[in-house]
Amino acid sequence: MKRPGRIDPRRLLALCRKEGYQIVRDPSSILIAFVLPVVLLFIFGYGINLDTSSIRLGLLDEDGGAEARSFAAVLAGSPFIDLRVGLSRPALREELENGSIKGMVVLSSDFSAKVRQGKGEAAIQVLTDGSEPNTASFLDSYLQGLWQVWLSQRASDQGLKAPTMTSLEPRFWFNPTTVSRNFLVPGSISVIMTVIGALLTSLVVAREWERGTMEALLSTPVTRAELLLSKILPYYLLGMVAMLLCVLVATLLMGVPLRGSLWLLFIVSSLFLGSSLGLGLLLSTVTRNQFVAAQAALTAAFLPATMLSGFVFEISSMPPPVQAATYLVPARYFVSALQTLFQAGDVWPVLALNTAFLLFSAGFWLGLTALKTGRRLDRDRVA
Amino acid sequence: MNDAAAIIIRAVQYRFDGGTALHALDVDIRRSVITGLVGPDGAGKTTLMRIMAGLLKASAGQILVDGLDPVTEAAELRLRLGYMPQKFGLYEDLTVQENLDLYADLHGVLGPARASSFAHLLAFTDLARFTGRPAGKLSGGMKQKLGLACTLLGSPRVLLLDEPSVGVDPISRRELWKMVGTLADAGMTIVWSTAYLDEAERCSEVLLMNAGRLEYAGTPASLSERMQGRCLQLRNIVGSRREVLQKALRAPEVSDGVLQGESIRLVLRRADEPPQLDGLQAGPEAYLVEVRPRLEDAFVDLLGGGPGGESVLAEHMPETRVDRGVDAAAMISADALTRRFGDFVATDRISFRVRRGEIFGLLGPNGAGKSTTFKMMCGLLAPSSGTAQVMGLDLKTSASHARRQIGYMAQKFALYGNLSVAQNLSFFSGIYGLRGDIQAKQIADMVRVFELQPFLATQAGALPLGFKQRLALSCAIMHQPPLLFLDEPTSGVDPITRREFWTHINGLVEKGVTVMVTTHFMDEAEYCDRIGLIYRGRMIAAGTPDRLKQQATRAGEEEITMAEAFIRLVEQDDGQREELRA
Repeated sequence: MKRPGRIDPRRLLALCRKEGYQIVRDPSSILIAFVLPVVLLFIFGYGINLDTSSIRLGLLDEDGGAEARSFAAVLAGSPFIDLRVGLSRPALREELENGSIKGMVVLSSDFSAKVRQGKGEAAIQVLTDGSEPNTASFLDSYLQGLWQVWLSQRASDQGLKAPTMTSLEPRFWFNPTTVSRNFLVPGSISVIMTVIGALLTSLVVAREWERGTMEALLSTPVTRAELLLSKILPYYLLGMVAMLLCVLVATLLMGVPLRGSLWLLFIVSSLFLGSSLGLGLLLSTVTRNQFVAAQAALTAAFLPATMLSGFVFEISSMPPPVQAATYLVPARYFVSALQTLFQAGDVWPVLALNTAFLLFSAGFWLGLTALKTGRRLDRDRVA
Repeated sequence: MNDAAAIIIRAVQYRFDGGTALHALDVDIRRSVITGLVGPDGAGKTTLMRIMAGLLKASAGQILVDGLDPVTEAAELRLRLGYMPQKFGLYEDLTVQENLDLYADLHGVLGPARASSFAHLLAFTDLARFTGRPAGKLSGGMKQKLGLACTLLGSPRVLLLDEPSVGVDPISRRELWKMVGTLADAGMTIVWSTAYLDEAERCSEVLLMNAGRLEYAGTPASLSERMQGRCLQLRNIVGSRREVLQKALRAPEVSDGVLQGESIRLVLRRADEPPQLDGLQAGPEAYLVEVRPRLEDAFVDLLGGGPGGESVLAEHMPETRVDRGVDAAAMISADALTRRFGDFVATDRISFRVRRGEIFGLLGPNGAGKSTTFKMMCGLLAPSSGTAQVMGLDLKTSASHARRQIGYMAQKFALYGNLSVAQNLSFFSGIYGLRGDIQAKQIADMVRVFELQPFLATQAGALPLGFKQRLALSCAIMHQPPLLFLDEPTSGVDPITRREFWTHINGLVEKGVTVMVTTHFMDEAEYCDRIGLIYRGRMIAAGTPDRLKQQATRAGEEEITMAEAFIRLVEQDDGQREELRA
């Protein structure tokens, strides 16, 4: 049986119909396909928020001079800082320790004098909570910025020529309001597609083995191609319906923009779903055990899709070996394509590259599954 | 071609990573008859079936099924072959009709042939009323019939049935037998694999397999013929029949012996050389009668005879003591034990008492309430009403104290397969509260009694079947419990191992241990002192095996088998229910 065998449409349809009944009647597949995506979407869309809102900052003004008051006013005026004025170092340190403030600024008693001498740097101390590195480094650079701005402002007020400074005005393209939801939601769609593709399908072939139905099927005239297609087509359809659901929820309910074209979204999703389905089926075919297959699917598909796809964690800030590993994760290309389609539109170079990788990945996993799908029970490959 | 063999097997071997499942098999399977493929678990039945179905490729040798090679001519063979795997190959969430539709499409049964096949098969299997019911909601017997119907859809010439009667009660088994008989009469070649020797007895031909080897191929009758004159029954025994059995098995003339109700069945090494009755101390009235040989007698004989009557275990175990205040007539007692699951009444006012040193058997079809009763008696499930007591302790209120009195051996050996024998022994003695020197001594004793020394470092899962059973038993009795609960302890075990097991149990009973056992082997039921027959949640009959058989025997009839008695008692009960409804 080298050739996969011809496909008889009637048998294929019968198998797909059977698969359909099983999907519809099994509450867990409905749960995974329709409830889980919406729940995940809401968690990622509303629950997780990477935007910087105001950070609580403690201020101890030991100087009390005009200069110190002026700088304190700048701090208090910042929309990103929620300023708490402290009375003593120990009190503020305690607040820092218990996490009620994320950092503290101390203006020492000689602050005004030093500023007037142009040695202000020596008199200002910034302490940040290193247990939250992202917040700490944000605070650190933000405070530096404020300090520079205040210094040059002061200089120009006094009619002095300000030290040359480049004015930096950040402008974020493609996500002008920097709402993290706009890139988290497309990213989470990729996680959802991974779950549906790999987790759901990892169960279906293994289930047939466990319940002994695979043996019965294999003893009928069913061909390998029919068997494989009957496992792919229904779940592809299910996945695409879930995808549609996700897109509708994201755009209509959550207000995430979709700037790219729908047909491209369709192609990219199909390819990704193909590779995801392929991986799930492969695991299920190889393990022949639902529990092991599901565990393997979570480890091999879900975790990389969350951690290594660049959906939450920036790939460029990963250590080089990990960055290299991300090239093996199909979700990486899907996330990139989705974020492009949702936020930037049809950016051809990006999309073409990602599509090519997805095409390769889908072919790889599905091909491997086809190779491993035997027409006999022996573990070895079909002779 | 009609007289040629339907299946020709020549030097077929099957090897896998862990060993050899089939050693060079040579046999022909006749056309148009039912051939029984018989043997315990691990004998190689399923492997052979799968090779015939083209699902496995033989490592060596040649096989032709209906003239076709199952590997190279698989596509053609599939059109002529019906294969029903264990568990019947049904989709449980599809209805009866949907299952039929699926298999009809897969087998290419279309057009007018389709409707007529459906009509014919639904009538044949009596499933026409249930077409809309999901297969998962059918009883074991109905699933089995549906599985058969789906397999028959392609109108196969060769039908392979892999253990079709596992988990199916004797009544459904008999119906299936009749149906398959009709098919064979119509010219179909049928291979039926089974672990039940009484079932195999009715096949036209049998292939007896053990440990991957073919022990016998031929008609059951010619096998039994060898045993002619060698099978006797010792009747009218006064005194303990277990002690008599033990003495009989010690006699050099006896190769095998088992209890059969009040009597003892003996197999002689040579025809017409019976043991001396005086030596057996069976009482003055005892006499020997020649009985018809059974397939099991022949099988045990083929395997070299029974294991003998000595239980080293029983010699090692002390006589169990009964504390004052414990009623020896009610070591185990169930009083109007009822358990409901929602609207469903799993057990309905079941009552029984087991006295000290008695073996009480719970018998019944799957889903009748046997396991539910068993679980309540172990304190694993609380009754909805009624009480379950062991040695006067209520299992509801003092479950943990009561459970310490019980040794429990579950179906299919609830051992940790990936722990070594030594680790299993130490774990199970530990959870039964054995510590320190006592624990070490008990473990050492078990290792000595059951000859486990060479296997101490072996993983329990890799043990030979017989030793697995020994280990399971030793784990259950290390704490020397006065009560022993056995849940289908010998399912899937070869007859020799089963005999050895019962020798130990009999020995323990002689020491005053009280035993409660569930089983679906009808001949095993005859080892019990008393049986409770559970059907549809109620105990429809209780008494000694002989009494139940008498109860079901019709006037003018010779003694019937336990299986027949079971079927009749269940049918009587069905009849009474019908009357009540009418």
